[in-house]
Amino acid sequence: MARIGVLALQGAFLEHIQALRRLGAETREVRLPAHLAGLDGLIIPGGESTTIGKLAVAYDLMDPLRDFGQTHAIWGTCAGAIFLSRDARRHQPLLRLMDITVERNAFGSQVNSFEIDLDVPALHMVDPEGKPYHAIFIRAPLIESVAGKAEVLASLPDGQIVAAREGRLLATSFHPELTRDDRFHQLFMEMAKSD
Amino acid sequence: MEQQKATFAVKAGLAQMLKGGVIMDVVTPEHAKIAEEAGACAVMALERVPADIRASGGVARMSDPELIIKIKESVTIPVMAKCRIGHFVEAQILQALEVDYIDESEVLTPADEAHHINKHDFTVPFVCGCRNLGEALRRVGEGAAMIRTKGEAGTGDVVEAVRHARSVLGEIRKLQNMPEEEVMALAKELGAPYELLLETKRLGRLPVVNFAAGGIATPADAALMMQLGVDGVFVGSGIFKSGDPAKRAAAIVKATTHYQDAAILAEVSRNLGEPMVGRQVSSIPDADLIATRGW
Repeated sequence: MARIGVLALQGAFLEHIQALRRLGAETREVRLPAHLAGLDGLIIPGGESTTIGKLAVAYDLMDPLRDFGQTHAIWGTCAGAIFLSRDARRHQPLLRLMDITVERNAFGSQVNSFEIDLDVPALHMVDPEGKPYHAIFIRAPLIESVAGKAEVLASLPDGQIVAAREGRLLATSFHPELTRDDRFHQLFMEMAKSD
Repeated sequence: MEQQKATFAVKAGLAQMLKGGVIMDVVTPEHAKIAEEAGACAVMALERVPADIRASGGVARMSDPELIIKIKESVTIPVMAKCRIGHFVEAQILQALEVDYIDESEVLTPADEAHHINKHDFTVPFVCGCRNLGEALRRVGEGAAMIRTKGEAGTGDVVEAVRHARSVLGEIRKLQNMPEEEVMALAKELGAPYELLLETKRLGRLPVVNFAAGGIATPADAALMMQLGVDGVFVGSGIFKSGDPAKRAAAIVKATTHYQDAAILAEVSRNLGEPMVGRQVSSIPDADLIATRGW
């Protein structure tokens, strides 16, 4: 069974761990570089991207995380997606692993946070029925553009990009860990084990 | 399906994103930037920190919207602001300012001595203080999407924060071990909504995120609250009433993440300069206690 770490510097890391456990994965909280050893994949949770970035810099996690991402699966949700991006249009620590440009707080302040059903064809891999995916957006970023090998996985009805994949790297603007729908976690576990 | 805004999932969801983090009281945009730079996961915008409210006396009200707007413009992290207990018009104003969270706070002078705000009426989520499980679940029943234990604000004395966290978490532990037929009597005793007690029993925790507040002044205080089992910490006067706010703020952020790692706690606690001048809660007359406000 896959061993998946969850970056536990700040944010909703416990919810990811609970989802992974529901699926039978072995999990570990990652706070220091040594905690990455032996993992098959890593989730970077939602939280505050500036907080997560500063703590990653303070505890020398930036290069180990970049190295890990060269050879392993990483999934970033919301703040985690910002952290994975090449460009967030402002000065803050970024891993720059994915060829995506994000806009932070793209919908404005908390009163504009929302829920919506999305069509996500990539989930057919784990759910042949292809039911809509109910996504929760909280002070969410948008993926302004994808480049290079990055591809779009899901968009809002107006075409704005909210999920992308590049090889074994996955970015979602929304929060699958806040729902009981574990299909994104299933998809990520498949990405983490395929070699 | 259309977009749905202001659902409880969305309101409580922002609090989930704050977990493991430090929310800092700030009184100027410059403070807010220092807090963001130190790694705060949100700031609380207010005119005076609790220690100054305590010292100056008088009626403490919602902050000037101008200050809140300036602070909002100065940072990208969420900005919270306080309204008085029961003062739903102050809350309407804060909602119009699009703050990210409203703290219906005992630190300000209460506007209503019997009723809190009906928080279900608002699109902005609320955080409320509590001293025990009954108070926490009454606030959740009124629509609070996040809870903080009250502690005793503006003292730099962590003893009340510990008392309130132990009270809430201890009552939850008792509830978990209780047969279900005893829960109704407990609901009567605590003055807590029965359905929320059942949900708390099922979850083994409060149904919303629970931070600690009131008297946290050092990295060790923050880690203590985290080890007791809260989801994150508010630090009010403890940072900007200390000798080196930027350094202390960054140290408290690190201590909140690495709360179980004593070697890191020792490292971040070194050379922080003067802590805020504390005031023992036991030396404060009952009439001057803040935590007893709230019903």
